[in-house]
This record gives sequence, C-alpha cells and structure tokens, in this order.
Amino acid sequence: MEFKDYYAILGIEHNATQDEVKRAYRKLARKYHPDINKAADAEQRFKEIGEAYEVLQDIEKRAAYDKFGTNWQAGEEFKPPPDWDTGFEFQGGGYTQADASQFSDFFESLFGGRSEFSHRESFEEHPSFYGRGQDLHAKIIISLEDSFHGSKQTLTLQRPSVDAHGHVFTSPHTLQVTIPKGVTEGQRIRLEGQGGSGRGKGANGDLYLEITLALHPYFTVDKRDLMLTLPITPWEAALGATVQVPTLGGTVELKIPPNAQTGKKMRLKGRGLCSAKVSGDQYVTLAIMTPRPKSSEDRELYRKMAEAMPFNPRRHLGVTA
Amino acid sequence: MKTDIQYTVFDETSAYCLKDLCRLCRVHAQFIHDLIDEGILSPQGTDPRDWRFGAVEIKRIEISVRLQKDLHINLAGAALALDLLEEIEELRSSRSLLEQFHSLEKRD
Repeated sequence: MEFKDYYAILGIEHNATQDEVKRAYRKLARKYHPDINKAADAEQRFKEIGEAYEVLQDIEKRAAYDKFGTNWQAGEEFKPPPDWDTGFEFQGGGYTQADASQFSDFFESLFGGRSEFSHRESFEEHPSFYGRGQDLHAKIIISLEDSFHGSKQTLTLQRPSVDAHGHVFTSPHTLQVTIPKGVTEGQRIRLEGQGGSGRGKGANGDLYLEITLALHPYFTVDKRDLMLTLPITPWEAALGATVQVPTLGGTVELKIPPNAQTGKKMRLKGRGLCSAKVSGDQYVTLAIMTPRPKSSEDRELYRKMAEAMPFNPRRHLGVTA
Repeated sequence: MKTDIQYTVFDETSAYCLKDLCRLCRVHAQFIHDLIDEGILSPQGTDPRDWRFGAVEIKRIEISVRLQKDLHINLAGAALALDLLEEIEELRSSRSLLEQFHSLEKRD
C-alpha cells in the first residue's frame, strides 16, 4: 500500500490552519470536479482531494495522521504500525458527506476498519432486509468506429454484494455487452439485472453504462454528426472535381462544384452516427491548399496566373491592392 | 460470462414521465419540481401528469445533484454552471474544428 501525502494533495503546509485546509479543499474541489474539468485524470484527482480533506478537516483524524510525521514520501510502501491509533476515537462524527467507498486502501487501513461508515450510504434507499439490489453506474469509452458499426465490449466491474451476515463486499464481475450502433456521447444504456445483487428475494439492480466517445485522429463529433476538414487543390476548387472522402463506413466520392471556396460546408447524408431510429450526417468543410512552388517553372506558372487573372480578395476590406 | 443481456438504450427519442425520471435519477419528485422552477429542466406538457422529459434532462439532473452535494452549490448556482458548461462545450467543439483547419498549414 502506498503512503498518501494528504498535505501535498491539498497543496498546503503541515502547519496550515483548519480554515486554510477548508479553503484549499474548496478551491481544488471546484477546479477538479469531474463535471467541470474534462481532463482524463480529473475524477481521480477529485477523489484524492476529497479523501485528503476527509482526514485533514477533522482535528482528531488529522492529529492521528500527523503522528506519521514528515518522514513518509508519497507513493512509498506503507504499513500502519500496530496500535498506531491508540487514544483516538473516530466514531464521534466528523465525517464529511463524501462517499467513503471511493477512498483509497491507505485511507481504509487507517480509518476504515472499525466502523460501518464506509458503505453506510450504499443501501440507505432500501433499508428493509429484502431489498432490490443497488443500481450501478459505469462509464465506458468507445471508438467512433465502434459507435458507427456497433460492437461487443468486455467489461470488468466491481459489484457490491451482501453476504449472509449483512456485510457488504465487492467482487469483480466480467460482462460481455453488445453496444448497439449509433450510440453518442453522454448517452445511457441500461442493462437489466446487472447491478448489485438483491437481498433475500429482492431483484438485482440495473447497470447503467454512460458512453464516452474516444477522440478520433480526423473526425470530430457534434451529437450524431461527424465533421471533417477536407483539403482540396486550387484547381479542384476552381473547376470542380470528384474527390475521395473518408467516412467511418469507407471511402466515398464527393462532387465538388466549380468555384468552391475554403470554408464551404458539404453534407454527406446519413454518414454520421446512425442508430436504428435516428440518423446523423457527415459534414465536410473544404480547405484549399496552395501548392508550394518547388522550381522556377512552378514560380513562372504562378506569375502567369497573376497576369492572366487579376484578383483582389481584399476588396471588401477597403484596400485596393 | 453472459452474452444475452437485456438492455435499453436511452437516446434523444426516449421520453420519460415524472415517475420514471425519479427512479432513473434516484431523486424525489419535489427535486424535479425545484429544477423546473429554476429553469434547469423544461418538460413537454403543462400538467405534471403529462410531463415528458428527454434523455438530455437526465444529465442535467445528475450534474445538479453532484454540484449540490460535492460543491455545496444551490440550484440557482447549478443552473448558471450548467448554462456555462453547455457554452464551453459548444466553444470546445468549434475550437477543435478550427484546430483541424490550422493543422493543415503544418501538414503541407
């Protein structure tokens, strides 16, 4: 088990006052809240911050933690000494509203062993002994290709169960799920009966999967529509041409009309993320790329164009040349 | 390992009544009323018995619950945060298109 430096996590000194602890926590909690911060590690950071605050906001827990002093480095292999907590009582309140089941093993080994608090929230909705199992929520990241075609995904989840004595334990659970085609960012899929086990004759809870779409090297997504910037040559733009465009379903041909300009948006109908009921499109935005002249002949060609086709693209800016 | 799992997909075509929504998001009906008063949710239909909510409302409810619980933000603050988050999301997607565009310069 790794030692966790709660002071470093909150970015405060060991002699910080309780007010400073609270301020540091609130500031970081706002910054790293996973609904606000889209960085991949935001959720992990938010949990760590919550755990650090859980310990440092409570004078007793903080004093107990401080007994380890500053000799420990974050990440160092750690085992609490026997009887380290003699003289401390943690039951007397002082726990925050945080979901303690999210905390680390380090926290669990120091403060979690003696009381039932770590899972106290899990079953509050169903206090009777025969109850429906808990609904579970998980996130799943899938590629645009998998959304476009539909896919089978193998998931491993920690599923809480209750043993014959009423104790909560978690066990890994592997599922193979079919993700239908056309799922989009933030969408939910409910898997019936795949949540926490029911107690007694209670039915199992459900498992909700929230879809996150992975970034793609050249497509971006807006709901069901795919966006692509397509480079074209000046002569394709001027004369019109049929060019190849990648789509998630393979290459298609797109007819570019004559006199096309950079920024022109064209729609490939039904080439977006389509489900059984709703369809999406692919939008192609044209971008004219000018070839770099590599020889004196190339430069001569450009000069000929300048002479034969005088053109002032800056006229609307009120300049004459 | 099981392969035949019953599933339901919630997408933009799904519509929920108040009762379904409360179960799905694990909140009380009063909380939904409060969110409607704050303008966070806007169901179709006038009478609460006819209210229909879209799948996008689920996300707004869940974010409101989390912001309230984790950051002690009241509903007016959550409404503001949700509006700003949506605006940021739109800006992010137009920025990523622009970035695609600018990256062409380096590729030539």
